[in-house]
Amino acid sequence: MDWELLRDGLSWAMLLGGAAFSLIGGLGILRMPDIYTRMHAASLTDTMGAILILGGLMIQGGLTLVTAKLVLTLFFLLFTSPVSTHALAAAALTDTRTALQARDDGTLAPTEVDLPDDQDALDIAADEAARQSIRDEESRA
Amino acid sequence: MFHAVGLGLVMYLLWLVLSGHYTGLLMTLGAISCAFIVWIVHRMDAIDHEAFPVHLSLRGTVFWPWLLWEIVKSNVDVAKIILDPRLPISPTVVRVPASQKTEFGRVIFANSITLTPGTMSVHMEDHTIVVHALTRSGADGLLNDDEMDRRVCKLEGSC
Repeated sequence: MDWELLRDGLSWAMLLGGAAFSLIGGLGILRMPDIYTRMHAASLTDTMGAILILGGLMIQGGLTLVTAKLVLTLFFLLFTSPVSTHALAAAALTDTRTALQARDDGTLAPTEVDLPDDQDALDIAADEAARQSIRDEESRA
Repeated sequence: MFHAVGLGLVMYLLWLVLSGHYTGLLMTLGAISCAFIVWIVHRMDAIDHEAFPVHLSLRGTVFWPWLLWEIVKSNVDVAKIILDPRLPISPTVVRVPASQKTEFGRVIFANSITLTPGTMSVHMEDHTIVVHALTRSGADGLLNDDEMDRRVCKLEGSC
Protein backbone atom coordinates (compact mmCIF):
# COMPACT_ATOMS: atom_id res chain seq x y z
CA MET A 1 0.00 0.00 0.00
CA ASP A 2 1.36 3.35 -1.03
CA TRP A 3 0.70 5.65 1.90
CA GLU A 4 2.06 8.69 0.11
CA LEU A 5 -0.49 8.23 -2.67
CA LEU A 6 -3.34 7.61 -0.22
CA ARG A 7 -2.45 10.75 1.74
CA ASP A 8 -2.22 12.90 -1.38
CA GLY A 9 -5.48 11.46 -2.72
CA LEU A 10 -7.35 12.13 0.51
CA SER A 11 -6.03 15.65 0.88
CA TRP A 12 -6.77 16.45 -2.75
CA ALA A 13 -10.32 15.15 -2.34
CA MET A 14 -10.78 17.36 0.71
CA LEU A 15 -9.27 20.42 -0.98
CA LEU A 16 -11.49 19.94 -4.03
CA GLY A 17 -14.53 19.34 -1.81
CA GLY A 18 -13.80 22.51 0.16
CA ALA A 19 -13.38 24.46 -3.06
CA ALA A 20 -16.70 23.07 -4.32
CA PHE A 21 -18.54 24.06 -1.13
CA SER A 22 -17.01 27.55 -1.24
CA LEU A 23 -18.10 27.88 -4.87
CA ILE A 24 -21.64 26.68 -4.08
CA GLY A 25 -21.73 29.15 -1.18
CA GLY A 26 -20.77 31.97 -3.56
CA LEU A 27 -23.41 30.84 -6.05
CA GLY A 28 -25.94 30.80 -3.22
CA ILE A 29 -25.11 34.39 -2.27
CA LEU A 30 -26.00 35.37 -5.85
CA ARG A 31 -29.16 33.25 -6.07
CA MET A 32 -30.79 33.96 -2.68
CA PRO A 33 -33.40 36.73 -2.48
CA ASP A 34 -32.60 38.67 0.72
CA ILE A 35 -29.83 39.33 3.23
CA TYR A 36 -30.72 36.54 5.70
CA THR A 37 -31.03 33.81 3.10
CA ARG A 38 -27.79 35.04 1.51
CA MET A 39 -26.10 34.69 4.88
CA HIS A 40 -27.26 31.08 5.07
CA ALA A 41 -25.55 30.47 1.75
CA ALA A 42 -22.40 32.27 2.91
CA SER A 43 -22.17 30.01 5.96
CA LEU A 44 -21.36 27.12 3.60
CA THR A 45 -18.07 28.82 2.80
CA ASP A 46 -17.51 29.58 6.49
CA THR A 47 -18.01 26.03 7.70
CA MET A 48 -17.61 23.23 5.17
CA GLY A 49 -15.33 25.25 2.87
CA ALA A 50 -12.97 26.14 5.71
CA ILE A 51 -13.11 22.71 7.40
CA LEU A 52 -12.37 20.75 4.22
CA ILE A 53 -9.66 23.07 2.88
CA LEU A 54 -7.85 23.40 6.22
CA GLY A 55 -8.32 19.63 6.81
CA GLY A 56 -6.79 18.86 3.43
CA LEU A 57 -3.85 21.13 4.22
CA MET A 58 -3.45 19.41 7.62
CA ILE A 59 -3.08 16.06 5.87
CA GLN A 60 -0.43 17.60 3.62
CA GLY A 61 1.32 19.09 6.65
CA GLY A 62 1.51 15.81 8.57
CA LEU A 63 2.44 15.84 12.25
CA THR A 64 4.27 19.16 12.18
CA LEU A 65 4.03 22.63 13.67
CA VAL A 66 2.25 23.75 10.49
CA THR A 67 -0.60 21.35 11.23
CA ALA A 68 -0.84 22.61 14.82
CA LYS A 69 -1.21 26.15 13.48
CA LEU A 70 -3.84 25.02 10.97
CA VAL A 71 -5.80 23.37 13.81
CA LEU A 72 -5.66 26.65 15.75
CA THR A 73 -6.77 28.58 12.66
CA LEU A 74 -9.80 26.31 12.22
CA PHE A 75 -10.57 26.49 15.94
CA PHE A 76 -10.60 30.29 16.00
CA LEU A 77 -12.50 30.47 12.70
CA LEU A 78 -15.27 28.20 14.03
CA PHE A 79 -15.51 30.25 17.22
CA THR A 80 -15.52 33.71 15.64
CA SER A 81 -17.60 33.24 12.48
CA PRO A 82 -20.95 32.72 14.30
CA VAL A 83 -20.27 35.91 16.24
CA SER A 84 -19.77 37.96 13.09
CA THR A 85 -22.78 36.28 11.48
CA HIS A 86 -24.89 37.17 14.50
CA ALA A 87 -23.61 40.78 14.49
CA LEU A 88 -24.51 41.15 10.81
CA ALA A 89 -27.96 39.62 11.31
CA ALA A 90 -28.63 41.80 14.35
CA ALA A 91 -27.58 44.90 12.39
CA ALA A 92 -29.90 43.96 9.53
CA LEU A 93 -32.72 43.38 12.02
CA THR A 94 -32.15 46.78 13.64
CA ASP A 95 -32.28 48.38 10.21
CA THR A 96 -35.65 47.11 8.96
CA ARG A 97 -37.21 44.65 11.42
CA THR A 98 -38.54 42.71 8.44
CA ALA A 99 -37.35 39.53 6.78
CA LEU A 100 -38.51 37.71 3.68
CA GLN A 101 -40.65 34.88 5.04
CA ALA A 102 -42.65 32.07 3.49
CA ARG A 103 -46.41 32.36 3.65
CA ASP A 104 -48.72 29.37 3.88
CA ASP A 105 -49.37 29.37 0.13
CA GLY A 106 -45.65 29.00 -0.49
CA THR A 107 -44.91 32.53 -1.73
CA LEU A 108 -42.32 34.74 -0.07
CA ALA A 109 -43.25 38.10 1.41
CA PRO A 110 -41.45 40.64 3.60
CA THR A 111 -42.86 40.03 7.07
CA GLU A 112 -42.16 41.82 10.31
CA VAL A 113 -39.95 39.81 12.64
CA ASP A 114 -41.74 39.20 15.90
CA LEU A 115 -39.25 39.90 18.68
CA PRO A 116 -39.62 39.36 22.42
CA ASP A 117 -39.79 42.57 24.50
CA ASP A 118 -37.42 45.14 23.11
CA GLN A 119 -34.87 44.81 25.89
CA ASP A 120 -32.44 47.27 24.28
CA ALA A 121 -34.93 50.11 24.47
CA LEU A 122 -35.78 49.20 28.07
CA ASP A 123 -32.07 49.09 28.94
CA ILE A 124 -31.46 52.51 27.43
CA ALA A 125 -34.40 53.94 29.38
CA ALA A 126 -33.14 52.32 32.61
CA ASP A 127 -29.62 53.69 32.02
CA GLU A 128 -30.99 57.17 31.44
CA ALA A 129 -33.06 56.96 34.65
CA ALA A 130 -29.97 55.84 36.60
CA ARG A 131 -27.89 58.71 35.20
CA GLN A 132 -30.65 61.17 36.10
CA SER A 133 -30.80 59.91 39.69
CA ILE A 134 -26.98 60.29 39.98
CA ARG A 135 -27.26 63.86 38.68
CA ASP A 136 -30.02 64.56 41.23
CA GLU A 137 -27.85 63.15 44.00
CA GLU A 138 -24.89 65.29 42.94
CA SER A 139 -26.94 68.48 42.73
CA ARG A 140 -28.25 67.84 46.23
CA ALA A 141 -24.76 67.24 47.67
CA MET B 1 -5.19 30.02 41.65
CA PHE B 2 -6.05 26.88 39.68
CA HIS B 3 -7.44 29.01 36.85
CA ALA B 4 -4.40 31.31 36.83
CA VAL B 5 -2.02 28.36 36.48
CA GLY B 6 -4.23 26.81 33.80
CA LEU B 7 -4.34 30.07 31.86
CA GLY B 8 -0.55 30.40 32.08
CA LEU B 9 0.01 26.81 30.90
CA VAL B 10 -2.37 27.16 27.94
CA MET B 11 -0.74 30.45 26.94
CA TYR B 12 2.74 28.93 27.14
CA LEU B 13 1.61 25.95 25.07
CA LEU B 14 0.18 28.37 22.50
CA TRP B 15 3.44 30.32 22.53
CA LEU B 16 5.44 27.12 21.91
CA VAL B 17 3.21 26.08 19.02
CA LEU B 18 3.17 29.48 17.34
CA SER B 19 6.83 30.42 17.81
CA GLY B 20 8.55 27.14 16.91
CA HIS B 21 11.68 28.30 18.76
CA TYR B 22 13.04 25.74 21.19
CA THR B 23 16.28 27.29 22.49
CA GLY B 24 16.77 27.95 26.18
CA LEU B 25 16.87 31.74 25.99
CA LEU B 26 13.75 32.16 23.85
CA MET B 27 11.76 29.61 25.83
CA THR B 28 12.66 31.45 29.03
CA LEU B 29 11.62 34.76 27.51
CA GLY B 30 8.33 33.16 26.42
CA ALA B 31 7.71 31.84 29.92
CA ILE B 32 8.41 35.29 31.37
CA SER B 33 5.97 36.90 28.91
CA CYS B 34 3.24 34.40 29.83
CA ALA B 35 3.80 34.92 33.55
CA PHE B 36 3.68 38.68 33.01
CA ILE B 37 0.35 38.42 31.17
CA VAL B 38 -1.15 36.16 33.84
CA TRP B 39 -0.10 38.79 36.39
CA ILE B 40 -1.76 41.58 34.36
CA VAL B 41 -4.95 39.54 33.92
CA HIS B 42 -4.92 38.78 37.65
CA ARG B 43 -4.53 42.49 38.42
CA MET B 44 -7.49 43.22 36.15
CA ASP B 45 -9.42 40.63 38.16
CA ALA B 46 -10.44 38.96 34.90
CA ILE B 47 -9.63 35.35 35.83
CA ASP B 48 -12.81 33.42 36.45
CA HIS B 49 -14.49 30.27 35.25
CA GLU B 50 -15.80 31.99 32.15
CA ALA B 51 -12.47 33.39 30.96
CA PHE B 52 -11.01 29.92 30.70
CA PRO B 53 -13.55 27.09 30.64
CA VAL B 54 -11.43 24.09 31.77
CA HIS B 55 -14.55 22.19 32.79
CA LEU B 56 -15.86 22.15 29.22
CA SER B 57 -12.87 20.49 27.56
CA LEU B 58 -13.55 16.93 28.74
CA ARG B 59 -17.30 16.83 28.04
CA GLY B 60 -16.56 18.67 24.79
CA THR B 61 -15.00 15.52 23.36
CA VAL B 62 -18.54 14.18 22.91
CA PHE B 63 -20.19 17.46 21.85
CA TRP B 64 -17.77 18.87 19.25
CA PRO B 65 -17.64 15.73 17.02
CA TRP B 66 -21.45 15.54 17.15
CA LEU B 67 -21.72 19.22 16.18
CA LEU B 68 -19.21 18.68 13.36
CA TRP B 69 -21.38 15.88 11.95
CA GLU B 70 -24.49 18.11 12.21
CA ILE B 71 -22.58 20.83 10.33
CA VAL B 72 -21.64 18.37 7.58
CA LYS B 73 -25.25 17.14 7.22
CA SER B 74 -26.81 20.60 7.07
CA ASN B 75 -24.09 21.80 4.67
CA VAL B 76 -25.12 19.10 2.21
CA ASP B 77 -28.79 20.04 2.67
CA VAL B 78 -28.17 23.74 1.97
CA ALA B 79 -25.87 22.95 -0.96
CA LYS B 80 -28.68 20.84 -2.49
CA ILE B 81 -31.13 23.74 -2.09
CA ILE B 82 -28.72 26.20 -3.75
CA LEU B 83 -28.06 23.85 -6.67
CA ASP B 84 -31.78 23.09 -7.15
CA PRO B 85 -33.00 25.16 -10.13
CA ARG B 86 -36.32 25.87 -8.33
CA LEU B 87 -34.48 27.20 -5.23
CA PRO B 88 -36.94 25.53 -2.78
CA ILE B 89 -36.59 27.89 0.17
CA SER B 90 -39.23 28.87 2.72
CA PRO B 91 -37.54 31.30 5.13
CA THR B 92 -39.11 31.22 8.58
CA VAL B 93 -38.40 33.03 11.84
CA VAL B 94 -39.08 31.06 15.01
CA ARG B 95 -38.41 31.41 18.72
CA VAL B 96 -36.38 28.57 20.18
CA PRO B 97 -36.28 28.03 23.94
CA ALA B 98 -32.78 27.76 25.41
CA SER B 99 -32.83 25.86 28.69
CA GLN B 100 -29.16 26.34 29.62
CA LYS B 101 -28.61 27.76 33.09
CA THR B 102 -25.49 29.80 32.42
CA GLU B 103 -25.00 32.61 29.94
CA PHE B 104 -21.98 30.75 28.60
CA GLY B 105 -24.10 27.69 27.81
CA ARG B 106 -26.66 29.79 25.96
CA VAL B 107 -23.90 31.44 23.92
CA ILE B 108 -22.63 27.99 22.91
CA PHE B 109 -26.18 26.94 21.98
CA ALA B 110 -26.80 30.10 19.92
CA ASN B 111 -23.42 29.78 18.20
CA SER B 112 -24.08 26.10 17.44
CA ILE B 113 -27.36 27.08 15.79
CA THR B 114 -25.55 29.69 13.69
CA LEU B 115 -22.71 27.32 12.80
CA THR B 116 -25.06 24.78 11.23
CA PRO B 117 -26.00 26.26 7.84
CA GLY B 118 -29.72 26.73 7.29
CA THR B 119 -30.37 28.08 10.78
CA MET B 120 -29.02 31.30 12.27
CA SER B 121 -29.67 33.01 15.60
CA VAL B 122 -30.50 36.67 15.00
CA HIS B 123 -31.67 37.81 18.43
CA MET B 124 -31.54 36.61 22.00
CA GLU B 125 -33.61 37.44 25.03
CA ASP B 126 -32.97 35.62 28.33
CA HIS B 127 -34.03 32.05 27.53
CA THR B 128 -35.42 32.65 24.06
CA ILE B 129 -33.40 32.66 20.87
CA VAL B 130 -34.94 34.13 17.72
CA VAL B 131 -33.79 31.90 14.88
CA HIS B 132 -33.98 32.54 11.15
CA ALA B 133 -34.24 29.29 9.23
CA LEU B 134 -33.77 28.87 5.49
CA THR B 135 -36.59 26.33 5.22
CA ARG B 136 -39.72 25.73 7.23
CA SER B 137 -38.74 22.11 7.80
CA GLY B 138 -35.42 23.29 9.24
CA ALA B 139 -37.29 25.57 11.66
CA ASP B 140 -39.69 22.78 12.64
CA GLY B 141 -36.75 20.45 13.15
CA LEU B 142 -35.22 22.85 15.63
CA LEU B 143 -38.54 23.33 17.46
CA ASN B 144 -39.66 19.71 17.60
CA ASP B 145 -36.31 18.07 18.23
CA ASP B 146 -34.45 19.60 21.15
CA GLU B 147 -31.42 17.34 20.77
CA MET B 148 -28.99 20.25 20.33
CA ASP B 149 -30.46 22.04 23.37
CA ARG B 150 -30.09 18.89 25.48
CA ARG B 151 -26.56 18.25 24.32
CA VAL B 152 -25.46 21.81 25.13
CA CYS B 153 -27.10 21.39 28.57
CA LYS B 154 -25.09 18.24 29.08
CA LEU B 155 -21.93 20.03 27.94
CA GLU B 156 -22.66 22.78 30.42
CA GLY B 157 -23.31 20.17 33.12
CA SER B 158 -26.75 21.41 34.16
CA CYS B 159 -28.71 18.27 33.28
